[in-house]
Parts: sequence; structure tokens; C-alpha cells
Amino acid sequence: MGDHDVAVLGVGMHEWGKWGRPFQEYGITAALRALDDAGVDWPDVQLIVGGETVRNGYPGYVAGATMAEALGWTGARVATAYAACASGAAALEVARTRILAGLCDVALVVGADTTPKGFLAPNAGERWDDADWLRFRLLGMTNPAYFALYARRRMDLYGATDADFAAVKVKNARHGLANPYARYRKEVTADDVLASPMVADPLRLLEVCATSDGAAAVVVSSMAYARRHTTDPVRVRAISTVTPTFPNTVIEMPNLSTDSAVAVAPGDRGFRDSIAHACYEESGLGPEDLSLAEVYDLSTALELDWYENIGLCPVGEAERLLADGATALGGRVPVNPSGGLSCFGEAVPAQALAQVCEVAWQLRGQATGRQVPDASVGITANQGLFGHGSSVLLSR
Amino acid sequence: MTATDTGPGRGPAGPVPVVDGWFTTGDAPHLLGSRCAACGTVAFPPRPGALCRNPACRGREHATVELSRTGTVWSYTDAQYQPPPPYVPATDPFEPFALAAVELAEERLVVLGQVAWGVGVDDLRVGAPVELVVEPLYEVDGVAHLVWRWRPTGER
Repeated sequence: MGDHDVAVLGVGMHEWGKWGRPFQEYGITAALRALDDAGVDWPDVQLIVGGETVRNGYPGYVAGATMAEALGWTGARVATAYAACASGAAALEVARTRILAGLCDVALVVGADTTPKGFLAPNAGERWDDADWLRFRLLGMTNPAYFALYARRRMDLYGATDADFAAVKVKNARHGLANPYARYRKEVTADDVLASPMVADPLRLLEVCATSDGAAAVVVSSMAYARRHTTDPVRVRAISTVTPTFPNTVIEMPNLSTDSAVAVAPGDRGFRDSIAHACYEESGLGPEDLSLAEVYDLSTALELDWYENIGLCPVGEAERLLADGATALGGRVPVNPSGGLSCFGEAVPAQALAQVCEVAWQLRGQATGRQVPDASVGITANQGLFGHGSSVLLSR
Repeated sequence: MTATDTGPGRGPAGPVPVVDGWFTTGDAPHLLGSRCAACGTVAFPPRPGALCRNPACRGREHATVELSRTGTVWSYTDAQYQPPPPYVPATDPFEPFALAAVELAEERLVVLGQVAWGVGVDDLRVGAPVELVVEPLYEVDGVAHLVWRWRPTGER
């Protein structure tokens, strides 16, 4: 155990779905569930941190204060964090660092979103200097199109097949069947996947994640505070919020180009490989210690990339790891036992916190119907638009 | 249909680049990039006056340079559904189009682009050589707005 641990005292989620209600409603439910789980009353919370959600107007931009007001003003300190899909982890890092600095004993971190139907698109208005706007205007380059570039590379370089990608969906659909917070709880066959319409070749509709409404919350505290509430809390051992290193030679959403490597040679470790690596360095643990992982399966093929990025197998061998059953429940290191984004869809500022909730439940042995036996160490991995890496490593 | 059927000068009167200063037009078009005078780092799109992206460099003086007009496919995909605004549909009903990320060997960078009209994913593979073409992206009041695209050269 390290000197930089904080305790996960409580976790809570609102169910994922598509209702179009104000995001605060979902956030309150998740927050109250996390507080109840922690045995902490809201007025005792010293800091609230919100994961920002830019599509919901001003209340979303100031998500921390919006949640504080919705729960009832208590005078608690407030912060709001934005890191696109990694916002939840960034918010958790704000809480952790204030606790470790001794400025705070107990904090509530909340992420909630309500999302539009269809493709995620940039905010309205003409912005000829904004890559996120230009990629739609000049190229019609949607999020799934970026995921598809990575998927196609796996096929042409490592021999991945449509059947491999479909098998990821089949696995995750099975994992999510018993998860009460998942939006999609239905067995899916490989034939179902392959019969679904092509969105961005080679990815089909059932292989790209939906956009969802949902909320997740985590109560974190100092270890000293935790000892007054519980005997054996789950601990946050490390959080990674790394940015890329120049030159980043992988085309990243929403960019139109990569960095040039003409003046500086690329390092040994690419951006996505550096995300979990930072957690391993900080915690002294490694991929061999993992009982499970929750990774950001924005697409089926991307889950396979993550196997390699978090060190579960060498590059080009993810398909074999999947085929061997290593990453399914019952395997050596189950990946996305929650069902992943495949079963949830993405509620942007909530998703990285939802990953932490699942790992916490797994480590406590409370993941009914999807429990990884004797889980002791779990990691989350995620990447947010605009250069936001995020990973959280937790243990008993 | 190939680029030369719809290329500059053969479309509606007075075609204009959809964005100024990012590419040249004509028979052998080039993307335009910045090359840092201090360290040589290349960037696309051009970044006049901007701080060099190389964190070890303080350069702000960039020459505008023509980038290689041929490269190899880093990866590729297509859009089977009409993208949301600010994408402007070129046809009604929507027709799928292909996209490619292309590696330029000399500049050591990858640039995204649509693929030449009429070329689909079946005509592409990772590592295949492509060249730059300029084609109409959409029309505004009868004026074609041009964009850069990638077209397979057919070489192996």
C-alpha cells in the first residue's frame, strides 16, 4: 500500500438509458446512492467535483456547482473538471490531490450527462479554427470513422477479422446481462453483429457505442477518515491523466493530421500505451497483477487495441487473447465485466467514473451475476478527445 | 468517375477552395504546410506565426511549403450514414464516401482526407500508394467549394 492512497468510501450510479431529462436528475440519484453506500451525509462532504458536460449549456459547464445546488447548498468547496471522455477521471484526480494535500478529508465526485440522438457533433456556430468543427465540415469525419481507422489497421496489419470484432460484442453483451445499470441487457450473437448495418467500414452498428444518458458518483476520502467508517476500503492506488508526447504519430480524434516526426523521433511508448503505464509506475503494480480491467470500448476493435495498450498482451496478439477466453468472465483477466460501453453507451462525463464504480464493486465482491472471483486489483483505461489520457488503478 | 471529370475548371463556374491557404489547385495540387525555420518540424494545416509544436523548440517562423503529393495509406474507412452538421451533404440522397489517413514519408506525418469521388474501401488497403487530387466538396449558390482528396495511384 502506498502513501498516496485514497479510499473509495462509496460508489453509486443512475441507470444508463435514453430519457432526455435534465442531467442533474441523474446526477442527484447517483450522488445520493454513493453517499448512502459510503455512510456519509451530504452536509459532511467538504468538496464536490463535477465532470463537465458541454452539450447541456451553462449548468453543464459548471457541473460541480450545478450538482452542489441540486443537492442543496452546504458551503462545500467546489471544482469542475473537463477532459472530454476522461472528465470523470480528471474530476476524481482533483478530489484525490486535494485529499492527499491535506486540504480535505472527504469528497464527492459526480458525472452526469444527457445526450442527443445519433452521432455526437460539435456545438453550433462556424469555427474555421476549430479542428473538431473542421473535421465534420471538410471531411465528414464522425467519431466512428476514427474508430474504424484503428479497426482497419488491425485487419490489414494483424489479420483481425469481422468475426474477431463481433466476438468482442458477443462477450460484452453476455457480461452486461446481469448489470442492473446497463442500458442494453440482451444476448447478442455474432450473426446479429454481422447482420447489423455498416456504419464506418469495417465497423457495424452493433460494434460502435451508443450515446446514453446516465450518471455515476464516487465518494473518496483520506485513509484516516476511511478508517473511522469502514475496515477494508477499496483504495485508489494511482490515477493517470497523461497527455501525448511530441511527436504523437497516431491520428487522434478530432485532428486532421498527426504531428510530424521529421525533427524529433517518436519515443518507444505511444500515447495510448502511456496511459495505463503511468498508473503502473505510480502504484508499483503491473499488468500481471490485474484481476480485471474496464477499458473504453468505443468500438469492438478498440477494446482489442486496449488489451495491448494496458499490457495484457504484445501488439498484434489481442485477437488470440480474446479467442482463448482470457478476457471473458471466467478467464485470466476479464475485460469489461460490467458489459462496457457496448452495454452502456457513452454518457461522457459519467463514463470514466462508471468504470471506477464497477471496479470498486468487483473488488468488494458485490458485482452480482458478473463477479470476477477473488478480484484484488483492477484498472480502468480511457482516452478523451483533445489529448486526455485517463486511467485509475484500484486495489483492496 | 475520377477526379479529372469533376476537377477544378470543369465544375460550376468559379470554383473556390473550401478553406484558404491549405492546398494548391491545378493539375498537380499540393497540400500546404508550415516548416519551422528553427527545427524543421512540419505541420498541416499551416500555422503561420504559431509556436512550433516541438516542445523543445521556440520557433515561430515557419515557411509555407508544399507537402508531398503522394503518400501511403495508414488506414481507411467510409461514411455509410450522412454525417451531422457542419458537414454539408454533396448529394441528395446521401451517397457514402471513403476516407483515408495517409502517411507522407518525407514529412513523416499522417494527413486525413476524403478519398476521390467514386473510390471505395474495396479499392484501398493499408500501405497502398495514393496521390492528392482536388475535387468539389459541396456547392454554395452554384459555386463549387473544393477540397483535397486522396486517390489510389494503382501502383503496388
